[in-house]
Amino acid sequence: MSAPVLELAGVHHAYPDGHPTLRGVDLHVHRGERVALLGPNGAGKTTLVLHLNGILRPEAGQVSVAGLPVDEEHLLEVRRRVGVVFQDPDDQLFMPTVGQDVAFGPRNLGLRGDELRARVEHALDAVGMGEHADRAPHHLSFGQRRRVAVATVLAMQPDVLVLDEPSSNLDPASRRELADILDRLDVTVLMVTHDLPYVLQLCERSVVLSEGRVVGDGPTGEVLADEALMAAHRLELPYGFDPRSVPPRTRATTQ
Amino acid sequence: MSGPHGHSLHFHGHSPIHRLPPEVKIAAALTFVAAVVATPREAVWAFGLHLLALVVVIAVAQVPAGFLARRMVIEVPFVVLAVTMPFISTGPTRPLGPFEVSVAGLWAGWALFAKGSLGALTALALAATTEAPDVVRGLARLRLPAQIVLIMSFMIRYLDVVSTELRRMRIARESRGHAVRGIRAWPVLASTAGALFVRSYERGERVHLAMLSRGFQGRVDLGEGGSAGGRDWLAAALPLTGAAIAATAWLSGAGR
Repeated sequence: MSAPVLELAGVHHAYPDGHPTLRGVDLHVHRGERVALLGPNGAGKTTLVLHLNGILRPEAGQVSVAGLPVDEEHLLEVRRRVGVVFQDPDDQLFMPTVGQDVAFGPRNLGLRGDELRARVEHALDAVGMGEHADRAPHHLSFGQRRRVAVATVLAMQPDVLVLDEPSSNLDPASRRELADILDRLDVTVLMVTHDLPYVLQLCERSVVLSEGRVVGDGPTGEVLADEALMAAHRLELPYGFDPRSVPPRTRATTQ
Repeated sequence: MSGPHGHSLHFHGHSPIHRLPPEVKIAAALTFVAAVVATPREAVWAFGLHLLALVVVIAVAQVPAGFLARRMVIEVPFVVLAVTMPFISTGPTRPLGPFEVSVAGLWAGWALFAKGSLGALTALALAATTEAPDVVRGLARLRLPAQIVLIMSFMIRYLDVVSTELRRMRIARESRGHAVRGIRAWPVLASTAGALFVRSYERGERVHLAMLSRGFQGRVDLGEGGSAGGRDWLAAALPLTGAAIAATAWLSGAGR
């Protein structure tokens, strides 16, 4: 089997004040997997995400992406391979137009001309925003901006798409539209979220992070049905939602 | 997004002026303003011709006069200054109605008023026919230093975001019964401003983080796309007219 897309081994990290956020995280994500990262607020989920593309470096332990260690030498390659979509699209979209913003990442990778244009077009089409390339981000609806934020990362053709709270602040229709789009993408996904029904729909595997450690890892249906594990780590299903009432997602067929 | 968008200076249209590449319009507007400033103030007729040339451009762009007139209000402080000049300047005086006013002040006030108004009107015409992101694109193509272009681009992009945040904070304040009345409201307004600054600063950090995540290495290209063709530079007609008027005014001896 080839090297995992993401590999974390014994990753430790602490805030500048010494408060530990990650206390030895081990995690493997393989090509084609769709993994949810669950955990209460303050569990270290965002800190973990920022380790995946080298924004933060571990104090101890090792992070590698497709076999490459995350270090100064491989930083640009790592950032191409790990596409992070941040929670607030206004943080992600900073260029005057949607098209320029989607071009920003691939341009940093050295793409120009027709190749760059094709990437931008393809990425915007993938999220159903192909007609909005010339619009300013602040003229789009929130749901549209979230989709463009996904496109800005897809344009870099990442090995793994990392989504931080993809469904937050979306109305139900936008939430479903984004799910349809994510479902169609042929890419490895790591999704950080509190939206458990979304996880059951989109990710066949769930990892529970609590107080800087991985405390649960398994098929989403089983993790969500494990009442003891859920209760111990402040994870709660929405009222009336029974994960056993629907068939869980199985590993994607497109590989 | 609900609420007003940050492009109230722009008048949507499809005129030949609207379609011109932004860098051409910026260069034309700047040169025209320079010609206006270079025109000797004694050549009153020349300013009439400048205005006529500008009005023709505005007519071609089909921007309504009322639209520009309302936005010319920004010039009021300068007009007030221009009006006071004849009264506060020294030197030889002459009667004007019931007043005795300074001749030098009269000319200085006139020059400030005429050149200022033409400059403001030119800038408004540019803004009315060019959307803000295009102005940024044009400046980048005119080789303005990249850092300055980037700062302007961020300002345009985040003006709406920050003003929406400010509006939300105001609504939240008022919803808890706060009313801005007199000096006692100042500490509250000051802490609102402080909180807004901290939030914007933090947003700046998050934006930078998101840029780094997409491989940012210190360079952003804002000037992409086709550049102006030969025909587009026909827009030089406006500044050339302005320059011709200024030159004629000098040659006719008005400046001596």
